[in-house]
Amino acid sequence: MENEYNLMSIRALIVDDSSVMRKIVERSLRQAGIDLTKVFEAGNGAEALVVLQENPVDLILCDINMPVMDGLEFVKQLGGVANAKDVPVVMITTEGGESHVVQALSCGARGYIRKPFTPEQVKEHVVPVLGGKS
Amino acid sequence: MKSVSELLATDGGHETWIPLLEMATREVFELMLGCQLTVAATAEEPAWEVTAMVGLAGQLCGVLSVRCHAKSAALMTSKMLGVTLDKVGPEVSDALGEVCNMVAGNFKNKIAGLAEGCMLSPPTVITGSDYSLRSLADFPGLEVRLLFESMPIVISLQIHS
Repeated sequence: MENEYNLMSIRALIVDDSSVMRKIVERSLRQAGIDLTKVFEAGNGAEALVVLQENPVDLILCDINMPVMDGLEFVKQLGGVANAKDVPVVMITTEGGESHVVQALSCGARGYIRKPFTPEQVKEHVVPVLGGKS
Repeated sequence: MKSVSELLATDGGHETWIPLLEMATREVFELMLGCQLTVAATAEEPAWEVTAMVGLAGQLCGVLSVRCHAKSAALMTSKMLGVTLDKVGPEVSDALGEVCNMVAGNFKNKIAGLAEGCMLSPPTVITGSDYSLRSLADFPGLEVRLLFESMPIVISLQIHS
């Protein structure tokens, strides 16, 4: 039951400069069996930090290449946001190089999904960081 | 395996990338749009109505483009969003730009050294057919022609040295 509990009532923040991609990520999370009670969206890292000031979340999915503030800088700055410093972040990006993965994880991301992706891949990477088993 | 610069130095060497470009495209459509692309029987050259482009810089420099009809672009958008065609609005450019971005990213991730050594620009999308696109490419372009729901799409890679 612990597994099911961890996937229920999740408040997620999806950060991507493409609104279409934000919708795809949201749909993939729902298809992965994650019960999203609230979904916040931001078009870049700076907007995401503003959203987090007012809104606590349980999960963040974040692109890397974005204008204004990219995903890596956003993850670095997340530690300074009282609401969000322990919130798991999973990167979703077209950047597939090993150095990008290492850089993202060393900045504090807990998972890394390459675009294009399937809902199964989203489940595989997101469920464990929510404390469940994929 | 030859490096990118070795391949480009070999006459026609980069043409070995055509199957990778096709595979990268097929994977994006299968995984993100849930549909299989088929092979175009003829090399028709209709008036393309939507063109998405992503620039590449680094070990490989150039422009990757996806061209299609407006109806194809709208159908891609509806599949990506999971909505019916009549619900598709101004998101078409965003959707086609993302398709192009994912094809470019998936393609470079299939070539040794390029995942790390090549950066992508944000996508640019042109709508309308009364234009000509002139790239400063100095290699013969790579082109893959496929059918999306029986409608033609063309994926091109123009390479600069």
